Amino acid sequence: MPHRPLRDWLNEPANGGERFLHGRSASVALADLRDGSSLGGDLAALDGACVLVLTRDQLTAALALIELDGVARRMILCPADFAREHLPVVIAKAGVDAIVTDDDTHDLHTLGVPLHVTCTPAIAPDAATQPGSRQTEWILFTSGTTGIPKMVVHTVESLTSAIKPGPRRDARIVWATFYDIRRYGGLQILLRAVLDGGSLVLSDAAEPLAEHLARLGALGATHVTGTPSHWRRVLMRPEAHAMAPGYVRLSGEIADQAVLDNLHALYPQARVVHAFASTEAGVGFEVADAREGVPAGTIDDPGNGAKLKVEDGSLRISSPGNASRYLGDGDLPLAAPDGFVDTNDMMELRDGRYYFVGRRGRIVNVGGLKVHPEEVEAIINRHPAVRVSLVHPRRNAITGSVVVADVVLREHVDADAEGLRREIVELCIGQLARHKVPASVRFVPSLAFSASGKLARHYA
Amino acid sequence: MTMKLTIMSEMQRVAEEQHKSLAPLSEDLVLLDSGFDSLCFAVLVARLEDKLGFDPFTIADDTSLPLTIGDLVRVYENAAPAAA
Repeated sequence: MPHRPLRDWLNEPANGGERFLHGRSASVALADLRDGSSLGGDLAALDGACVLVLTRDQLTAALALIELDGVARRMILCPADFAREHLPVVIAKAGVDAIVTDDDTHDLHTLGVPLHVTCTPAIAPDAATQPGSRQTEWILFTSGTTGIPKMVVHTVESLTSAIKPGPRRDARIVWATFYDIRRYGGLQILLRAVLDGGSLVLSDAAEPLAEHLARLGALGATHVTGTPSHWRRVLMRPEAHAMAPGYVRLSGEIADQAVLDNLHALYPQARVVHAFASTEAGVGFEVADAREGVPAGTIDDPGNGAKLKVEDGSLRISSPGNASRYLGDGDLPLAAPDGFVDTNDMMELRDGRYYFVGRRGRIVNVGGLKVHPEEVEAIINRHPAVRVSLVHPRRNAITGSVVVADVVLREHVDADAEGLRREIVELCIGQLARHKVPASVRFVPSLAFSASGKLARHYA
Repeated sequence: MTMKLTIMSEMQRVAEEQHKSLAPLSEDLVLLDSGFDSLCFAVLVARLEDKLGFDPFTIADDTSLPLTIGDLVRVYENAAPAAA
């Protein structure tokens, strides 16, 4: 397939009216970007550059990414929360020679990068800026790791391999994502909006959820995506009723039956779909039957061009959506010699369906027996009084470790704490091997989330 | 409640949950003859930590494992002032 830069897609007609990128405080008509620029006439200076896209606002980042694809040699996507102390290492490893930013509060000039370009949502007409034809490298950071995140190399081709634009591009679709679009899950939605015709409502890390939901309602969001943790927070807000999406998508964490059922009850008109994707392996599959787990037939053929297999307990993906390599550190390849990328997400086959049981590196050893915290959480979350739970190891002199659970109850639950604790333990005893039953159940008012929208697991 | 009573009532509770039948509890009952297996003891220690706010076995690495219920009670009694 010939290389097609992202901006070129803006020339495709879409039915049903004008399309927008909506930030928290500004909106941009995509049509204006066809022959205009957010970069103040400096796009030409970025031709062939290695660009660090470091903006506070997701809107300016989205505009820069659309413009720079095909022009820059390489661009590095920094999420809102990216730790500034890692920047010098990133700049050195990636060979950054330009920064695109909307942030004048930080002194980026101390970083020693020669070219600084300002990006704004005020699009200036610029007939000279045509899409370039370079195969730009898109560099994403892996999520959920400590220390300096790894940099993963993609192209527009790998990032969009699971997106099949239909012949009837519909401008009336309004995408929205709770993710930061500079992370894999959110970036998929930006690319869908650009390729598939439609608008996109961007999130903002500083925006209270109640206001964000009101904004999604006012802009008529139809296709809304986030992690199960994002969605559980939505389920806890009365403003969840401000929007009425027709399509609800969960990815990035295990979608258990409770969160799927709760979303179906909240948005009865919506198709509730959960999907698997990772920064390194790309999109794996999606499940549309409103049940947790994945039909074995979907693993055999996910219908999106990817090849999947479960080997040594973990899901492996071979697909045009795989990232090609890690950047730096000897440019380690991601795929094994057989061409499959190991996701390290562990699955178990039960009655013709695969279920995620947890991450390979997160296994707790209880007296020599293995426990995945997530498989215990999935059982606890089935209790009707439970909103969400976090299972983690606690050191123990007799078995080395035990698993213990922190549980957030639903609002309006009359908490007879001891009775509920016993019910939850009974539920686990009925469903799990003994060593997997939490030795302790504590009720907590809330659980912490990481910037990537997932439950924070500091113990891992 | 005395430490002895706290520990014994928590043992009853764990036994009930784990569907184990517990021998009549007395100070000189050897723990491994009580009907508890090691997982039951692990759960007991975790529960007592929730209740008392400390786990004597992780406070000091050299705490030797008790043989009888009386030993177990003393381990908790000895650790209590240090933790308080």
